[in-house]
Formats: sequence, structure tokens, C-alpha cells
Amino acid sequence: MSVIAPNFKLSEFIKSLLDNIFWIILLLVLIGIPAVMMVLFFIEMPVIDGELLTPFLALTWLADPSRILPVIKAFMATDIFRVMAFPGFGFAALLAAGTIFVERKMLAKLQLRVGPFYCGKFEGILQLMGDGLKLISKEIIIPAKADKPIFWAAPVLFVAAAAAFVAFIPVAPGWVVADVEMGLLGVFAVIGFFPIITILSAWSANSKFPFIGGIRALFQMVSFEIPLILSLLGVVMLTGSLNLSQIAASQSSFPWIVFLPVGAIVFFITMLAELERIPFDLPEAESEIVAGWLTELSGMMYGLVQLGTYLKLYAFAALFVVIFLGGWNGPMVVPPFPPELLEGIELGPVVAGPFPGLPLFDQAMLNGTLWFVLKTVAVIFFILLPRGVFPRIRVDMLLNLGWTKLIGLAFVNIFIALGLLYAGVLGPGGLQ
Amino acid sequence: MTFTLPPGLALKKVDERIMTLNVGPQHPGSGHMRIIVQIDGDYIVACDPDPGYVHRGEEKMAEYRNYITNIPHLERPVIHDSCNVLYPYVLGAEELLGIEVPERAKYVRVIASELNRCIYIMYWLAIYGIFLGHSTMFMWPAGDRELLIDLMEKMTGARVTHAHFVPGGVRNDLPPNFEDVCLRQVNYFEKRIKEYAAVFYDNPILISRTKDTGILSRQDAIRYGTTGSVLRASGVDYDLRVKEPYDVYDELDVHTNVMKEGDSYARSRVPWLDMMESCNIIRQALQKMPKSGSVRVKLKPNPKTKGLESVYKRVESGRGSLGCYIVSDAKPEPYRVKMSVPSFRNLIALPNLLRGEKLGNMPSVYWSLNYWPVEADR
Repeated sequence: MSVIAPNFKLSEFIKSLLDNIFWIILLLVLIGIPAVMMVLFFIEMPVIDGELLTPFLALTWLADPSRILPVIKAFMATDIFRVMAFPGFGFAALLAAGTIFVERKMLAKLQLRVGPFYCGKFEGILQLMGDGLKLISKEIIIPAKADKPIFWAAPVLFVAAAAAFVAFIPVAPGWVVADVEMGLLGVFAVIGFFPIITILSAWSANSKFPFIGGIRALFQMVSFEIPLILSLLGVVMLTGSLNLSQIAASQSSFPWIVFLPVGAIVFFITMLAELERIPFDLPEAESEIVAGWLTELSGMMYGLVQLGTYLKLYAFAALFVVIFLGGWNGPMVVPPFPPELLEGIELGPVVAGPFPGLPLFDQAMLNGTLWFVLKTVAVIFFILLPRGVFPRIRVDMLLNLGWTKLIGLAFVNIFIALGLLYAGVLGPGGLQ
Repeated sequence: MTFTLPPGLALKKVDERIMTLNVGPQHPGSGHMRIIVQIDGDYIVACDPDPGYVHRGEEKMAEYRNYITNIPHLERPVIHDSCNVLYPYVLGAEELLGIEVPERAKYVRVIASELNRCIYIMYWLAIYGIFLGHSTMFMWPAGDRELLIDLMEKMTGARVTHAHFVPGGVRNDLPPNFEDVCLRQVNYFEKRIKEYAAVFYDNPILISRTKDTGILSRQDAIRYGTTGSVLRASGVDYDLRVKEPYDVYDELDVHTNVMKEGDSYARSRVPWLDMMESCNIIRQALQKMPKSGSVRVKLKPNPKTKGLESVYKRVESGRGSLGCYIVSDAKPEPYRVKMSVPSFRNLIALPNLLRGEKLGNMPSVYWSLNYWPVEADR
């Protein structure tokens, strides 16, 4: 008999576990497998290397690499892979999770402490997983007088908007989820959603502190969107395109930050404000308004908003890289794929291969991704750094900065771009 | 169903534009108290501090314990500044009981009280930093405090609640080799706090946020009866260690830090300068202290005073002048113990400082008053 749970009996616990397993297996056999088979009968299976893929053939993948590699390659060409895994959500979420860990460790080193330390044996590497489990297991409390549908929807919408932002970012040549001609305009449109979602969440909570926080966030985002858009116009003029892939490709010889440093600085400051990071974290100023517009969010709703915030952070850093730092462009450091693997390797009497489908990624894509990730991580580092150095500023100082100084500097940047264009230094007939 | 609130709690609805915010008692920016703030947009139109959430009846408790057993609980109002909180009570009890304190004990008391002042100010500074959203300024003082806490632990055996001062001296003599360790730690500590200027006090954002906010003029500071760093930041040269020296402060060279601005920035800077002054005092006291001798006069188990008499003693604590009024009636227990605490007096200035300020200035102005909620409620 335990003190904590006096009615606990091991036999009943095991029986309940077995019951659960029994029902799961029964439902799977009776409903799950027939449903899967029905779906498989009706969908059109792909043809790989002149061979129709059937569910029975799929089982042979596990044993034969020459079959699985083309399938993987075919899967990587699909849209669902791009949206969910590589240039899209999965890749961004991985970098965002890394950002949270690096932020905590870096800030800890700056403040003469150790940060997350115990979870996961080595330097608290599993701390994030622990935090996520804690957030999932917490109860979600909704205020009694909240507007419940909107209050529920706001965190989901926030993550969705952040993920939509991620979709515009080209990671490597040809590797982008949504390669639209008006890409930069699309980015501005998505950024325009964030204040709406914030004020909806804040207002629907029907509480004073979230309301004040939401109003502050609205002020901040709306007044910094104008310098944000203006600061990017210089690059658009010089490139002559709104397509983010073309903007990145146009910087193969030099990044735009060399010619437009003013625009880069303005964009960086507005980026900090849009991300609500210190010194511009007024909407979440805890000593004034508890946690701002996040006050009434609990459990995984808060976790979702945090995920969205860090996805947004990654997306802004990536946008900075694409527009000012040359995106994927960089010296070729990735070695070419070894040709022996394509033809097959002699291992004594046996010849392994050739493996159809190799290489999975071409050299340019790997190199581009490497440079893109390196630059993005560097920009993220500089976004995180002010948190250890600056206190929070005040609303009036923030609006003064946004409406007078930054807009003025953004116009200066536009005139620099125009001057370069008309002098013929850059643009058509210029350096490139 | 209608019910009426008590008059102090009823929140009047003056205008549709005005919103009433209850900052506290469960709020990251309030401490153990409530500030009822009425705001019009971003501007504070009225502010009503509401202390009293941690009233523990320390003064009443003191009437049921004798002069020695009062010591551990009378330091509870400010455990981070426990030596200074106890100091006036101990001085008063000595005068009532007619005890002459040994010379070495006086120096030990001065060292302990200055170390404790630094420990308190570091804690206060840490919270001031986090109130402004500066998390590095929260972690650095909280970590550097450990240097002095280790010293106090060597000296008294306890990290926070020392109960070191007793009528007749201090409880224990200094441990061997304490002078060297103390000098080394204090020198390092002073070097460390000078580095705070680069990250905090000279930070342009901090200066633009706290300069010219919550200005307390010299006349007002005197009229409200504020003390300590608040008074000195408003340009009044007033320090009890200089004006009414107790124990051996008259033999030491104490410099008073005064700033004229009277704004939130000056109020946050004066305690920081005070810490450096404390380091100077500790170094002088270590030099002048008699190297050997008794530190405590043995008392009878239940000492009694002579008759109906009263005494009022005050010292300069980390927050300002802290007084203790003891009335005795020839019994082992005091008849009445009344503490006159600086926190409560500094709080009186808050409604006037906050009126017309922006909401974003509330934490910095509130905490720059060097207010400790537990001490005000005692």
C-alpha cells in the first residue's frame, strides 16, 4: 500500500493496460486495416521505374535499398514533403526548437549561470522536450466570460500564420514551398495577419491585462510595418523583382547589405519590434501587465503561441538572409557526390550497387542549404543578443522611434537605391 | 442580489475612459501588496497603494517575549537586512538594561551591518533590474550577493536570518582569519559592482526610461517624511551614520551620496553608490578594529529593566532611518515595542509620484522608492 495512491493495485493496473491494448488491436483489425485497404484500392498508385507500386510491393522496400531509394526520391518531389518536412514546417520547427535551447543556454552564460542542466544528461539537451510535455499535460483554463470560439482559435491561427510565412522562404535553389511571383508582397500580407490575431486573442479573453497587451501589440506591429515594408523597397528596386527566389539568386556575386546597409539596419530593428523581443517586448511586459496578451492562455495554447513566435523568429531571420545576406549563395564547400557509389562498389567478390535514385540531394542544394542555415543561425544569434543587454523601452519611445526615425531612415535607403540605379552602378547594365 | 463593498475597496466608476487595474497582490510587478491604479489610456490618473497583506503582528509578539528571545523574530520583517532591522532594538535594550558594549563588538556590528546593507541593496537591485525587463541585471546581483552571504555565514553561521546582534554585543566572535577573507571578498565585490555601470547604469535605454520620471522634489521629499536613498536622491544630505552616529560610526569616515535630480534614475543610483561607500566603511572598520578582546557582555538569564522608562533609537538601514521605541515596566518582557520603518514612509510618496505618469513607468517608480512590503506591514 502506497501513501500516495492508497487504492493502487498492481494487478488491476496491468489488467487495465492489457484491456487497452486488446481494444486497440481489435479496433485496428476490424476497422483500421480494412479502411486502409479500401483507401489503397481506390487511390492511384505511382509508377516507379516502370513498375506499378502496389501495397505488396511496398513491403519489399524494407529489404532492398535499390527499391526504397527511388521511392524516397519520388516522395521528396511531392508537395506534401515540401510543406511538412524540408523547406516548410518541419525544418523551421527544428530550427525554432534549436533557437529556444540556444537562447536559454546563451543567456545563461551571459548571466553567469548554467541554464538548463539536468534534463537529458548532457547540458540539459532534453529540456525542451520536458517543457513541451509539461505544457501538454497542463489543464487548459478558459476564462468564464471569454469569447470561447475565438479564444480557442487564436493560438492555432497564430501558428498557421507563422507557418504560412515560413512557406515563402527559399532555402536552396528550387527548394521553396510557395514560389510565387509576388513573394515579397505575400510576406507583407502574412505579416499583416499577426496584429489581427493578437488583438482577437486579447479581446476575446475579456480581461484587462490581455486587453492592454493586445492594444500595445497592435500599436507596435502596425507602426513598425510601414518602415518594415519601406526598408525592403530598395532591394526590390535594384532587383526588379518581388520573387524571393530571384532576389536571392540576384546576389550571387555580392549581398545587398554591402550597398544598402541603412535598409538592413532599419529592417533588423523593425524585425525585433515585430517579433516582440527585448527591448521591444512591451506587449508581454511582465512587471506592468503580467504577460500581456498571453496572460489568460494556459497549457498547450500558450505552447502553441510560443511555437508560433519562434517560427516567426526563424522566418524573419530567414527573410533577412534572403534579402540582405545573399540567401543560399556562398562558396562551394560541399564535396561532389562520389561517382563510385553511382556505378557500384566492389567489395571483394561482391559488387554492391549500382543504387538507382542516388544522389538523393544534388551538390548545389546541399551547399545552398548549408550556407542558408549558417547565415540564419548567425542572424538569430544577433536577434537573441539584446535580451541580455537591454531593458525594455516604453510605448511612447517605441512609437517615436517607429514613426520618425525609422521611416526617415527607410526613405534614405530608398534614395540610396535610386541613386545607385540611376548612376548605373547596379541594376540593368550595372555590376551584375 | 446586491452587496456593498467596504468603502476602501469600492472602486468608483468615474468615467467610461478610465480603467481600474488591480496590480497585485498576485502580480509579477507588485510584491506582497496591491496598487490600485486607474488609467486613462496609457496615463495613470490615480493610484492607491494598499499594503497590509503580510501583517504578522511582530510588535505585539514582542510584548510576550523577553529581551533576548525577541531577537530572532524582530529581524523577520526584512530578512535580507536582518542586522540593520535588529540594530535599533538592540541599542535600545542595551540602554534600558544599562550595558556597556565592548569596543571590538561595536566594530563587528558595524562590519556586519554594512555587509548586510550591501546584501539587501543587491537583492533590491536585482528586482529593480527585472522590473525594467533587464534579466542580466537580475542574475548578476543575485549571484554576486553570494560573496557577502558567504562572509555573513562565516561570521554568524546563518546565510540570511543571522540573529547575530544581542544586547551586550554580538553572539559570537569572528572566526580565525576572517579579516583577510573579508577584505579580499569585499575588494572583489566592489570591483564587480563597478562593472554594473557598463551594462545597467550607463545603458542609454535605461537612462531614457528612468530619467525625469517620478520626480520627487526636495520640498516634497522632506514634507512626506521620506528617508534613506529616496531622500538623498532628492538632494537632502541626510544620513544617520553621519548625523547621529551610533556605535563607532563617529570614528569612521562616512561619505554621504547625494543626487539632486530626485527622479527614478537618481533613486536607483544612490543605493548603488551606497554599496561602494559600505565597502569603504568595511575596510576602515577592519583596519581600526581591536585585534582581540571580548565581544559580548554576559547577561543574566532573564534580564529586567529598572523601572518604567522608554527609549527611542534609530539607525540608517538599507532603506533609510529605522527607529525602534521600547517601553519597559521592570519586567523581563518589554511593555511595548514600536518599530518606525522607512518602507512605509517612502510609500507615502507613491500616489503623488505616479499621478500623470505612463503605465510603463509604474514598476520603475514604485521599486525605486526602496520599498519592502513585508517591512511596511511587519
